[in-house]
Amino acid sequence: MSSHVGFKNKWLPIALIAPQLLITLVFFIWPAGQAIVQSTQLEDAFGLSTEFVGLENFVSLFNDSNYLASFFTTLQFSITVAVLALVSALILSAFAEHITRGTTFYRTFLIWPYAVAPVVAGSLWLFLFDPTIGVVSEMLQWVNVDWDPVLNGSHAMWMVVITSTWKQISYNFLFFLAALQSVPKSLHEAAAIDGSGPIKRFMTISFPLISPTSFFLLVVNFVYAFFDTFAVIHAMTQGGPSNSTSTLVYKVYNDGFIGLNLGSSAAQSVILMALVALLTVVQFKYVEKKVAY
Amino acid sequence: MYMKKITGIVVAAALMSASAHAKTEVEWWHAMGGTLGEKVNEIASDFNASQSEYEIKPVYKGTYAETMTSAIAAFRAKQQPAIVQVFEVGTATMMGAKKAIYPVHELMADTKESFDPNKYLSAVTGYYTSNEGKMLSMPFNSSTPVLYYNKDMFANAGIKSVPKTWKEMGEASQKLLKAGAHCGFTTTWQSWTQIENFGARNNVAMADNNNGFGGLNTKFTFNKPAFVKHINQMSEWAKTDIFKYGGRQSTGMPLFYTQNCAMTMGSSAGLAGIKANMEGINVGVAQLPYDDSLVKKPQNTIIGGASLWVLRGHSSEEYKGVAKFFSYLSSAAVQADWHQFTGYLPITQDAYQLTKKQGFYEKNPGTDVAVLQMTSVEPTVNSKGIRFGNFLQTRDIINEQLEAVWAGKISAQTALDNAVKQGNEELRRFERTQK
Repeated sequence: MSSHVGFKNKWLPIALIAPQLLITLVFFIWPAGQAIVQSTQLEDAFGLSTEFVGLENFVSLFNDSNYLASFFTTLQFSITVAVLALVSALILSAFAEHITRGTTFYRTFLIWPYAVAPVVAGSLWLFLFDPTIGVVSEMLQWVNVDWDPVLNGSHAMWMVVITSTWKQISYNFLFFLAALQSVPKSLHEAAAIDGSGPIKRFMTISFPLISPTSFFLLVVNFVYAFFDTFAVIHAMTQGGPSNSTSTLVYKVYNDGFIGLNLGSSAAQSVILMALVALLTVVQFKYVEKKVAY
Repeated sequence: MYMKKITGIVVAAALMSASAHAKTEVEWWHAMGGTLGEKVNEIASDFNASQSEYEIKPVYKGTYAETMTSAIAAFRAKQQPAIVQVFEVGTATMMGAKKAIYPVHELMADTKESFDPNKYLSAVTGYYTSNEGKMLSMPFNSSTPVLYYNKDMFANAGIKSVPKTWKEMGEASQKLLKAGAHCGFTTTWQSWTQIENFGARNNVAMADNNNGFGGLNTKFTFNKPAFVKHINQMSEWAKTDIFKYGGRQSTGMPLFYTQNCAMTMGSSAGLAGIKANMEGINVGVAQLPYDDSLVKKPQNTIIGGASLWVLRGHSSEEYKGVAKFFSYLSSAAVQADWHQFTGYLPITQDAYQLTKKQGFYEKNPGTDVAVLQMTSVEPTVNSKGIRFGNFLQTRDIINEQLEAVWAGKISAQTALDNAVKQGNEELRRFERTQK
């Protein structure tokens, strides 16, 4: 008996992966190729005149101090969102795993925000944070914080960070909870008999054992913060005040879909694409070494 | 037997669609949500009921930006509607797309629809005419910035007359602050009210080339002393709460609604919203302040809002329908009703006279302020309107720079210099795409 298990017919495997390949081709490779072509062109909105400009769109981006600043803004935003969303979801799921009464109730409500559309989440939190009529700003007044997201850049940043985090916690919570539930009970029981408390057991047993999930979520959260947050920013700050919440993906959206500057928008998405690919490679190369499967 | 049945169905279907197609359908993409959207549907169905040949089909496409983007995307895919509503900052982009648009004056001539451009208010149509004075799009919902003030807070502070000049704005605000107000005034749409309309009202150009009407090689000039002085004054006022910035677009309105600020500058079409949000509070409408060191008599202001553009690629039958619809839309009765319901400006002289005759302005004080502000003087080259390519981006640039001024990070001069420099880059890029 051969140890090699495989298909006899070489067309069957191709046929089986064809749908997946086709989807990747149509929804990823093709648009990505289009973006690269578009990024070398200067075009009017209606597509009536197109001029090949080579790398000019890229050159003018790197000469634009606002664009360079938005790299830093994006990094700041993404790291904060990813860390906050991961840590708070982990804490919440550890507690949700721990409690015995009302589990379904807590879990349902923790998962709920995931069903809220980003624009709706943005508008919702914008009301809460409104300096004139918002509940949160009212509470901040009690502790003497002069909440002013329309002019104070760091206030605006916190506002979009909190909203984006809130949206993502549910997703992380779901995965963490599933991972924690798959940690063998016997390990916990053995450790408990040896006299270690719940916090120690979490740190030394659960946390290391769920590291594959944590790593997966780290990658997903970065991708989320990089790509999926433009609707929140669009609804809340429009990148302001003075560009302080203008992230790379928001600029792609704003320049392309609002400003109709397709060439520059495409160039920006090509850069963003390269950046996220790079980031994912780095994560797999360095962070994954610390993951025990 | 079976075959016969199918043939029967096919024939019936063909007959039905033929009778449905007896009316020529004309699609109209618009950005009017809520009650305005209902009004748009009402206008369309009234028009459809008034004749039997054409059927206007209004389709709501989201915000102004979304409507314009989807119409352009549709044009690229050859699925464009016959009529699309485009906001005023998109005017230069639409004008530039000569192969895509069907100018209204040409449409009216080609379809032999009677059309007299002189019937329209020049202060409104000026924004949408070519440099030769030809009407390119049909004005639909036009508004202009006015000053709203809280009469109760004014009485409380003992202020007798509404400020007419910027100097008086400062003085009145000081009195208001002393009487316990949190801030004197706020503003909405800062680029529109404090740069574009500041220039028009005080007869100062914000760009060369007749504010962009003269050609594509326009350069911005809104870093001239007149503008710098104004923005600098506002930044000084921001330090003492005479002026309080409430955010981009109209997000500053709650400051006025909640009586934190006693005055605001905003669209004349916002009066209905103010009344709904400030029940029981007396609110007055006044003309936009001017700088008496720049002009003795203030100029008219320029408009905001949107107009209807006709896109090419449809049958001459459909264009006949469009022309008929535009005539209907411009009729005094329809216009007067639209003006009274929404607070947008009447686009024709007749509609204004009719509204006056109906006693609407007497019953609703303040509703004629915008019309008077627009029509009491002949527009000059500096107040006719503005025409800049990629102006949407430039407004964003102006927003960013002004926010840095209000936050006290940079001076008015630096901010306006930056905005002019970056705005000119947008103009040059636009110029290159227009060949």
